[in-house]
Amino acid sequence: MLIELKGVNKTYDNGQPLHVLKGIDLSIERGEFVSIMGASGSGKSTLLNILGILDNYDTGEYWLDGKLIRDLSEKQAADYRNRMIGFVFQSFNLISFKTAVENVELPLYYQGVSRKKRHEMAMEYLEKLGLTDWASHFPNEMSGGQKQRVAIARALITRPQIILADEPTGALDSKTSVEVMQLLKRLNQEEGITIIVVTHESGVANETDKIIHIKDGIIGEIEENKAHTAWDGTMMK
Amino acid sequence: MTELFHEIAGNLRNNKLRTVLTGFAVSWGIFLLICLLGAGNGLMNSFLGNMADYIFQSVSVEGWRTSKPYAGYQEGREIELDESDVTYTEGPRWSPTVGDVTRRTASTGVTFSLDGNTVAGQISGVMPEYKDQEKLKMYAGRFLNPDDLKERRKVVVLSLAQAKELLPKDPDAIVGRWVNAGAVSFRVVGIYHTDESDMYRTCPIPYTAYKVIYDTSDRIESITFTLNGPETRDEYEAFEKEYAGAMRLRHDVAPDDWRGIWIRNGYTDNMEMNDAQRIIRTFLWILGLLTLVSGIVGVSNIMLIAVKERTHEFGIRKAIGASPAEILKLIIAESVTITALFGYIGMFLGMIACQIMDKTVGQEAVDIGITKIQMLVNPTVGLDVALEATILLIVAGTIAGAIPAWKAARVKPIEALRAE
Repeated sequence: MLIELKGVNKTYDNGQPLHVLKGIDLSIERGEFVSIMGASGSGKSTLLNILGILDNYDTGEYWLDGKLIRDLSEKQAADYRNRMIGFVFQSFNLISFKTAVENVELPLYYQGVSRKKRHEMAMEYLEKLGLTDWASHFPNEMSGGQKQRVAIARALITRPQIILADEPTGALDSKTSVEVMQLLKRLNQEEGITIIVVTHESGVANETDKIIHIKDGIIGEIEENKAHTAWDGTMMK
Repeated sequence: MTELFHEIAGNLRNNKLRTVLTGFAVSWGIFLLICLLGAGNGLMNSFLGNMADYIFQSVSVEGWRTSKPYAGYQEGREIELDESDVTYTEGPRWSPTVGDVTRRTASTGVTFSLDGNTVAGQISGVMPEYKDQEKLKMYAGRFLNPDDLKERRKVVVLSLAQAKELLPKDPDAIVGRWVNAGAVSFRVVGIYHTDESDMYRTCPIPYTAYKVIYDTSDRIESITFTLNGPETRDEYEAFEKEYAGAMRLRHDVAPDDWRGIWIRNGYTDNMEMNDAQRIIRTFLWILGLLTLVSGIVGVSNIMLIAVKERTHEFGIRKAIGASPAEILKLIIAESVTITALFGYIGMFLGMIACQIMDKTVGQEAVDIGITKIQMLVNPTVGLDVALEATILLIVAGTIAGAIPAWKAARVKPIEALRAE
């Protein structure tokens, strides 16, 4: 079991307490391609932030690869994020004053990898994603799809066990959305990386093998979707 | 370390505007500070230099005419000091306070002549210390020395104005020549500077020679001595009262008759000058520190804004694995690099400005009638002070930048990512 959540609660206290996650129990196996679906305000992003150790939870247990993620120091949390998790965000979150290749290199900088080595690796991953020609371009010189592929390359470069994607297609047109989802699917199938996608779009969720519905802070139905028939829309081919 | 340097170099290169703005604040602060300190130093040097010409650090005693009847004598009696007064002043009663004692004879008016040129002068027998007591500045040759006194040499020191009268074409060449003064000839050993007022018509010769040539009596014109000791004005005044009283008693002068025996006090004037110097220095330091504070505020202000602006970037860095320490290290290293680089530029420009000030305003003199004074004398700052100020600004700027950096480093990544 790669990820195991037991009775996780999270309350935000901005003036008045807001109980966002109300006892989440969830298990995700190694190599799964899962989506977490829910309307806005359902707590899906909060759940993803807890999974990504970007945020902490109040009660319950979160086991990641056999380790209890609880009361970590910022340094430890940063180290886990760096080595085990790759993030893909809706708004790409590339550093605007760094070129594509420099952005991809950055996680390795924090691992203490030498400049030459990390440049080689970053170029390798950019090549894998078909961005070799764009290596020395700045984010504002690239299209949304290209930016998201750079972000995916950055997420992959540390060879993480999990990729957490928060609305990865939210800022992309439908054609590019399809490409990005195909890319994630390929990474899951070929490299065996566990991928968790948070989305509110049925079409995006349909591309994953398992759909976890979350509503009002509680896990609802968990759909097996190996045949990708959960949704009959036409957005995805 | 090299990795960090490359990271910083990239960050600074890709954020040119921010780098230049921050750097400008630093450069400007240091530049102003150096200019201010330089001008301040120049003013102080000028003030002290001009003052020093009119300050005598010693005490002189002269016999004048009594203004009160005392001990059976009527007022208006001429008082003359003699060798016994010197011996008395050097004596055990005053020895703890009185330092070196020198004396000067009265003067005799003569006409010097050389190669058909003539000039008037007042020959006076003095001791080698006279040069420092009267702040004479040598133009050529030397002043009288102890051997001149011991051997009663017939040597004289002339003023530059006199030398020019006697040898208009080449006044310097008069050193070593013999000049006639009535029936006596003197060899000129030196020339001293005269100021615009041409007040100095006095021509010093060895005290012992004067006693042989002009006045074989014991009489002397004045006694001048230095003091060891009195730290305060009150202490000095107590000493002066006691000493003057004793001297006046020796000559049957009323103890409070300052005209009978007159005391010229250069000692407390000197104290006043030291006070003035201290006040100017304190004032300069306060101004300098205030300038420095404004520089520091400027730097920390920009750091604060820069750090706030970059919260999102730090959020990204944290999400992909930067620890708070890494963020802190990055910000501080960046600010040290900027402040050091631009601080150095500011310091360099400031030093150049000081040099320009020295070459322009520093060379201008203001004529105040009796003499010319320079407004700024050597308005420069030592490299040590400049470096210290720069290092201080770097350290202070870094500490000021470290506070927002510390805050940024502690923001939770999820909050930092939300910031826009």
